[in-house]
Amino acid sequence: MKAPTLSSLFGRREVAPPPDIAAAALRSDRFRLERENEWRRLEEIVSRMESGRLRKLSDEDVLALPALYRTAASSLSIARETTLDAATLAYLEGLVQRAWFQVYGPRTSFVGWLRGFLGGEWSASVRAMGPDVLIALAAMIAGTIVGWLLVSSDSQWYHALVPPGMAGDRSPGASPEALRATLFGEQQGTTGLSAFAAYLFSNNAQVSILAFALGFAFGVPSILLLIHNMALLGAMLWLYHDAGLTLDLIAWLSVHGTTELFAILLAGGAGIHIGRAMAFPGNRSIMTAAAESGRRAAQVMTGVVLMLIVAAFLEGFARQLINETPGRLIVGSFMLVLWLTYFYAFGRRTKDSGD
Amino acid sequence: MASSSYIAQQVKRRRELLTPEGLSLPLTVAGRGSRAAALIVDYIIINFILFATTILLLYLAFGVLGMKEGAGPGQLFGTLEFLAVIWLIAMFLFRYGYFLYFELGPRGATPGKRLSGIRIAARDGGRLTAEAVIARNLLRDIELFMPIVFIAGAQEGEGGLAGLAAAAWFAVFLLFPFFNKDAMRAGDLIAGTWVVEAPKRKLAETLSLSAGARGPSQETGATYRFSDAELAVYGEYELQTLERVLREGKSEALVAVAETICAKIGWTGGQGDERAFLEAYYTQLRARLERDMRFGKRKADKHS
Repeated sequence: MKAPTLSSLFGRREVAPPPDIAAAALRSDRFRLERENEWRRLEEIVSRMESGRLRKLSDEDVLALPALYRTAASSLSIARETTLDAATLAYLEGLVQRAWFQVYGPRTSFVGWLRGFLGGEWSASVRAMGPDVLIALAAMIAGTIVGWLLVSSDSQWYHALVPPGMAGDRSPGASPEALRATLFGEQQGTTGLSAFAAYLFSNNAQVSILAFALGFAFGVPSILLLIHNMALLGAMLWLYHDAGLTLDLIAWLSVHGTTELFAILLAGGAGIHIGRAMAFPGNRSIMTAAAESGRRAAQVMTGVVLMLIVAAFLEGFARQLINETPGRLIVGSFMLVLWLTYFYAFGRRTKDSGD
Repeated sequence: MASSSYIAQQVKRRRELLTPEGLSLPLTVAGRGSRAAALIVDYIIINFILFATTILLLYLAFGVLGMKEGAGPGQLFGTLEFLAVIWLIAMFLFRYGYFLYFELGPRGATPGKRLSGIRIAARDGGRLTAEAVIARNLLRDIELFMPIVFIAGAQEGEGGLAGLAAAAWFAVFLLFPFFNKDAMRAGDLIAGTWVVEAPKRKLAETLSLSAGARGPSQETGATYRFSDAELAVYGEYELQTLERVLREGKSEALVAVAETICAKIGWTGGQGDERAFLEAYYTQLRARLERDMRFGKRKADKHS
């Protein structure tokens, strides 16, 4: 709370003269005076660690840290029983707490974390939420079918499902030629594609973060969101099916869609995973269940953001540059196989041997 | 009494955390007010960075537009597009990366949290992991922005009944910290974290080394000795109040407290020499209370 004073800016303050221990009138103050040099040393080490100047820490200090921490902790428990000096107690509590956070702080570097993440932790988390991914998949398929059925029974539904700004030329009653043009339209070179890709990424990332975050309410809103978004796809499928362009649309979508829809599937699955863990915690307390599933889901979500970056690149560049159906299908199915292999085949052995 | 209700509030927020090696660690759950203050500071910083980035990129964009000469429209567009990409990515990164970067650091706190003297910690006493920090920050959107958007929408009457229902539902997230004793928000719950106070205190003076505590007063030469009966009137609460007054060292407060004590124990001396008098009384009272404490006898305040 206190603003940094000048002495802390200039590093070491001058060493205080040794206190006159015997002169202290109280036994509890003598206890304090005998130990306060160790406390101050611990405080200095901890302060340096907190400010991130780890390299300036000498080996002796690093080695001394656990012992100093334990000394301070035991001083605290003795002081609580023997002293009524509120300021010293408060200081010790603060010091022990700060030291504890440094001793037990997050210790992996970013690179180390990334290596573990890509090298198996991500795919292990995806595998661990298998049922939830299946539920999300069922919701997405159901959504597509619902969208298709609604629009085929009454084409007015199309306008309700597809926002007008997004529909553009793609509305019921459009000629097959017009629809074909939306898939294989003359592209104006490569200009504007990277901005488009960046926009798509940030938009999709926010949608999938939403799908994940809504899982907190026992997963129901995540499922609804998935169904709603996929109904749009069902409606579009129906539209192009009428024009005899089903395969072309699927190919057009699959370039980025296999990656993007997979990412949204995982995001929804992560949301459902949390919701399910909280609704059916089993033998764990709800809090533990929520925390365990939440951390696993967060790991999957980090991966989802990475997948969406890939999807944005595919959508922004590859789809516009490959202007024919077979090529698009090949890219799309290649990506799908790649993700499936990575999640469900890669890293199994390391996990099994680890257990 | 204002001060004692404040202390009761403090006690209510105190928790004992059992560390893996079996040490009990005292923690104080951060107040909702200081957390809100931290959030506001963080958003001011984030928005300032976003604003500065936008201005800088706009400035560059106008610079590009200014040098029309000697460049084809294609190159011009390419440069502007590049700036647009940087802007979109920067917006995303600052919005989500800011909290992740600072909370994963050794202080476990964003600049706003540091200013309010709070930090995040794992609730189970274990290590704070990257996953936990990511999880608690991903939920911020639905806890903060969606409720505000929906509640504002419901006020305008958008979406009719469904809009109202959505607003009420999101309000649950917004108000979540008020419905549990640890003041956790939804993100804390699923990440297994909580926000605790991280006080940074300096080691204060040893009061029993002061002149008045050790012998004759320097000003008057008088030595203050109190009998057992005179010390028996006060307990630990009064001792701590006296300690606070002595450490703050405001002369009016010293005079007022000295007068109160004198009236209570029936003394008349010590005028003009309040500091030494109080130091002596403090030391002797503490010696008495600590001696009783070692025998398992504690006196909470003057009423007990």
